[in-house]
Amino acid sequence: MSEQITGAQSLVRSLEHAGVEVVFGIPGGAILPAYDPLMDSQKIRHILVRHEQGAGHAAQGYAVASGRVGVCMATSGPGATNLVTAIADAYMDSVPMVAVTGQVASRAIGTDAFQEADIRGITMPITKHSYLVTDPAEIPRAVAEAFHIAATGRPGPVLVDVSKDALQAMTTFSWPTDVQLPGYRPTTKPHGKQVREAARLIAESQRPVLYVGGGVVKANASTELRVLAEMTGIPLVTTLMARGAFPDSHDLHLGMPGMHGTVAAVAALQKSDLLISLGARFDDRVTGELSSFAPGAKVIHADIDPAEISKNRTADVPIVGDCREVIADLVVALQALYAQQPGDADRPDHSAWREQMQALRSRYPLGYDEPEDGTLSPQRVIQRISEVAGPDATYTAGVGQHQMWAANFIQHERPARWINSGGMGTMGFSVPAAMGAQVARAGEVVWAIDGDGCFQMTNQELATCALEGIPIKVAVINNSSLGMVRQWQTLFYEGRYSNTDLQTGSDAARIPDFVKLADAYGCVGLRCERVEDLDDVIAKAMSITDVPVVIDFVVHRDAMVWPMVPAGTSNDMIQIARDMAPDFGDEEL
Amino acid sequence: MTKHTLSVLVENTPGVLARVASLFMRRGFNIESLAVGETEIPEISRMTIVVNVDELPLEQVTKQLNKLVNVLKIVELEPAHAVERELMLIKVRADAQTRGQVLETVQLFRAKVVDVAVDAVTIEATGDPGKLAAMLRVLEPFGIREIAQSGRVAIGRGGRSITDRTLRTVPGSSTQSA
Repeated sequence: MSEQITGAQSLVRSLEHAGVEVVFGIPGGAILPAYDPLMDSQKIRHILVRHEQGAGHAAQGYAVASGRVGVCMATSGPGATNLVTAIADAYMDSVPMVAVTGQVASRAIGTDAFQEADIRGITMPITKHSYLVTDPAEIPRAVAEAFHIAATGRPGPVLVDVSKDALQAMTTFSWPTDVQLPGYRPTTKPHGKQVREAARLIAESQRPVLYVGGGVVKANASTELRVLAEMTGIPLVTTLMARGAFPDSHDLHLGMPGMHGTVAAVAALQKSDLLISLGARFDDRVTGELSSFAPGAKVIHADIDPAEISKNRTADVPIVGDCREVIADLVVALQALYAQQPGDADRPDHSAWREQMQALRSRYPLGYDEPEDGTLSPQRVIQRISEVAGPDATYTAGVGQHQMWAANFIQHERPARWINSGGMGTMGFSVPAAMGAQVARAGEVVWAIDGDGCFQMTNQELATCALEGIPIKVAVINNSSLGMVRQWQTLFYEGRYSNTDLQTGSDAARIPDFVKLADAYGCVGLRCERVEDLDDVIAKAMSITDVPVVIDFVVHRDAMVWPMVPAGTSNDMIQIARDMAPDFGDEEL
Repeated sequence: MTKHTLSVLVENTPGVLARVASLFMRRGFNIESLAVGETEIPEISRMTIVVNVDELPLEQVTKQLNKLVNVLKIVELEPAHAVERELMLIKVRADAQTRGQVLETVQLFRAKVVDVAVDAVTIEATGDPGKLAAMLRVLEPFGIREIAQSGRVAIGRGGRSITDRTLRTVPGSSTQSA
């Protein structure tokens, strides 16, 4: 007779078989049985967080940094519902994650039992798939399938909800040798005919742009992308989720497109006659008003998720497949096409177009005004951190002004070093995400670029970081307000600052005092208020490698994120500063 | 906007109806009719969904449905090449004076009476939506007291089956080795 173990032991053994090394979580009543065998696991490190949302974002940060599936664990009811924001975030940004939750005993399900919530129902619209396990014999199969689904195809979060009685009951353990999911067969190999058609369109195009999205990072396709870009000489933009997929320093790179993109990147999309979209999804923050987005462009749309293709913008050449394979096949198809056309004269020459876009980039570089009173500009702080920490460091961000500045002013050179909440726009993402990334990249430098608003949503995880030896560095870009909302109030609500003043600045109540807060959490707290202190403070933070560091960068309050395409308007309405439109040089095109 | 009839083959597991229904809701599509039942393979259920949308949104909802792990196959049935039926139970006022006329209507539409009371009869009728609507119009003057209507079920004409061999590999399927 096979060895009899509890469902809880089966769950822990299943996680071990799935290759899990780290779980972020908090125990509670329904999941309690699982925490007992977890204590004995030699393979799994459990990191006790202070709030389940932190567990979820940490799992996300860990997943992006490690390339593995991130795992978070919580109890039933409020434990599970506290995971919801992180699950939704992972769903929007296609982060592979498995959330394991305890559920009340199966006989109590549906009775409004203590700490009961239908978490599977609640998360149905924000998970790639979900399981409710009430039979202990089903635990290994559910876990195996969950990890397979989370990691393959378009990655995403999968929920495994296990009832308490299933955890307590005796069962036998048998790890499935393969998963049988007849309704789940992601297409990774692109169709050859579509790829050849795409190559033909590229060869015929005059003003092509590579529109690079997060799928390129997830597919590990940066090398292939570089080959494609350099072979064709086609200029390129990287979306918020793709920052780092292609080096910012590369001459073909025009920057980030979208609401706060560079003039050159936005103009390139608008003036293009062919968008080569690779793992991007035509998000409204990129397209602006859809009807006037890239009006003259045909579209090649490559994505691993067929539902993304022609969702927002109709594709002329749809390609379903993994970005790495798509790009590799495109390179081969283009080489074959070029080989039929001997002599450079017959090859597509995009140099005039490329040079126009590069000229736009030179004419409208990203910039900012230094405050004249010697106070700090937020952009300079972020730029200096990037210069000091370098492209090998990992950067996470919250959501708002500091996120856009981090996207634009950090020099992104390597893939998967930039971890942020793109689709969901979850304030409070950066500290727990940095914690997860630091666990995956022990010994490396991880910076959380945060805002004073975001920081106050999840900074309890500093306790986790301090106690678990996770020495992240947190740069609080403190403008004493909910900065992005304030910017909109400045621009669109006549400067009526309704409920955006957080009073964390130097001339305000300074509640909380972030330096004291850091100290209370066992972190090193530093403050920087003057531009002349900036380098010293960053150097000090870089020199501390054993405990977390929090720096309160008290910055100029009125700094705004530019360029900006006002919400709901055409990308053609991009402004480089308030009421200042760039000159696209239309006559040249 | 036009009506489309989708036959959706799904794994016969708990929660699958909720997944499909909530997907339609959150993507902004109204289900006009929905019928679910087991197929000749007990592990597979068949949903017949009638939805009122344009061509492009239909493509989008079909793609989104296909992403559900429990969804095995989706086929749009063209009305010209499919048989569509609904079942309706109608309780009509019928006393000694009117019963004869009501029964005449029942015969005309090849329906049948399944329950009789002193003041009413209950009629069972099947047909395509047009036939059932026509019958209701004729019965209306007698006084319709209650209606229970099924969702539409539909199947393609001809000898081909949409539950083809690939679907017979569903885990636990009794015909797996066939």
